[in-house]
Amino acid sequence: MSSWERFAETFLNTKVMLKYLPDILSGVVVTIELAALVVVTGIAAGLALALLRSLGIRPLNWLIVVVVDLFRSLPPLVVIVLIYFGLPSVDLSPSGFVSTWLSLAFVLMAFSEEIFWAGITAVARGQWEAARSTGLSFGQTLMSVVLPQAFRLTIPPLTNRTIAITKGTALGTVVAVTEILGQASSAMSNSYNPSPLLMGALAYIVLFFPVVVVARWVETRLAWKR
Amino acid sequence: MNGPIVDARGLHKHFGALHVLRGVDLKVAERELVFVIGPSGSGKSTLLRCLNRLEEPSAGRVVVDGIDMLDPRTDINHARQRIGMVFQSFNLYPHMTALGNVTLALRKVAGKSRAEADALGRAALERVGLGDRAGHTPGQLSGGQQQRVAIARAIALEPRVMLFDEPTSALDPELVGSVLEVMRSLRESGMTMIVVSHEMGFARNAADRVVFMDEGAIVEEGPPAAIFAKPTHERTRAFISQIQRH
Ligand SMILES: Nc1ncnc2c1ncn2[C@@H]1O[C@H](COP(=O)(O)OP(=O)(O)OP(=O)(O)O)[C@@H](O)[C@H]1O
Ligand SMILES: [Mg+2]
Repeated sequence: MSSWERFAETFLNTKVMLKYLPDILSGVVVTIELAALVVVTGIAAGLALALLRSLGIRPLNWLIVVVVDLFRSLPPLVVIVLIYFGLPSVDLSPSGFVSTWLSLAFVLMAFSEEIFWAGITAVARGQWEAARSTGLSFGQTLMSVVLPQAFRLTIPPLTNRTIAITKGTALGTVVAVTEILGQASSAMSNSYNPSPLLMGALAYIVLFFPVVVVARWVETRLAWKR
Repeated sequence: MNGPIVDARGLHKHFGALHVLRGVDLKVAERELVFVIGPSGSGKSTLLRCLNRLEEPSAGRVVVDGIDMLDPRTDINHARQRIGMVFQSFNLYPHMTALGNVTLALRKVAGKSRAEADALGRAALERVGLGDRAGHTPGQLSGGQQQRVAIARAIALEPRVMLFDEPTSALDPELVGSVLEVMRSLRESGMTMIVVSHEMGFARNAADRVVFMDEGAIVEEGPPAAIFAKPTHERTRAFISQIQRH
């Protein structure tokens, strides 16, 4: 056996690959579900917090800042483990899937709140004044004048952060979530062959590469046309 | 109704320890053009901003077109439609076309349908000479054109009074004329106007009254000819001679 054949036998073992393909595919489905849930709920919660913060209620803003900074400083894995192993002690037993979803959603919420807030505060004060002087309410000004401008500034950092955090779905393996990495590593230990890991890596690329490309495209499209 | 359109009395404004308005009384009659001058920091902008309550006065009374602007029961968003405001930096919405800028409040505040708002918006743009620029975004317009769109945005709501805060100060000299032109035609149509500006030529031939402010108070006021030719106060004299040297 040449060394190439030995390499192929180890990492590109067709028999093993075919056998575990269905498992990897079911892992892809779980990863997509998890990622979609994290993105939608995390960003929605982040936007909601930024809007609340724009009301300028002091104690509420302090609370938001504390929560946001907390989740920005904790490693996502620590949050996952805290929720999965910590909540049962208060009689809540979230599954690994729910723990991972909640954890990543909180982290994304924290980062996206900061990004939305930065976008809102970057809109010139004169925009508020012009709109309010024509009789628009605070909410109308926020929705029609400020947010559309804030979003343009927000999209590049937000997509980057979102991609980084959704890749964190792989951390779910630690709490027995059967997403791509979980499926790949259990296939590897069952088959005594690392080929499934390669399939897993490939699955991540197939999943995230288009997202990264679209994000880049959106970024160039949104460059300020003043 | 022959009372004043704007009736401000005893206006005070503090910013922390800074006492910016120190008891300003200003009455403006219908169709009157009042021109406000004064050194930087004398409170001219703050006075205008107190009239539509962009700034909350610390004390005093503001009645515009019979509406008590400081009464907590007043629907301030409704009242503000009667008071147009034009800013030094235009403050157009950069993500909307000229027509979008002009029609936003017509739709959201005045409750017009899109078709009605568009018709009124186009008419307003026509009045400032920009009927052919309705689809342009602010970035595609010159400074003078942007300021005229900003004027159209205000007059589209058919305000009872217009406030101008240094409307030409951010413009290149060759673009100032087009904006003054629009302001003059607005004045001829009978609009009540309060104008803060350094355009003394405009004051001379368009203003009914010139008000000189210093250190948060009105020092002296009168017809332009009188104020410019023989001001009674030393501070007014100093300010005017300094302006005219430029
Ligand atoms: N939001 C604010 N907070 C604190 N101080 C303010 C604020 N707005 C204005 N001031 C201060 O109030 C004073 C009057 O300002 P204002 O803008 O009314 O002057 P102005 O006469 O319009 O001057 P200019 O000719 O430079 O525009 C200045 O000292 C200014 O620094
Ligand atoms: Mg000013």
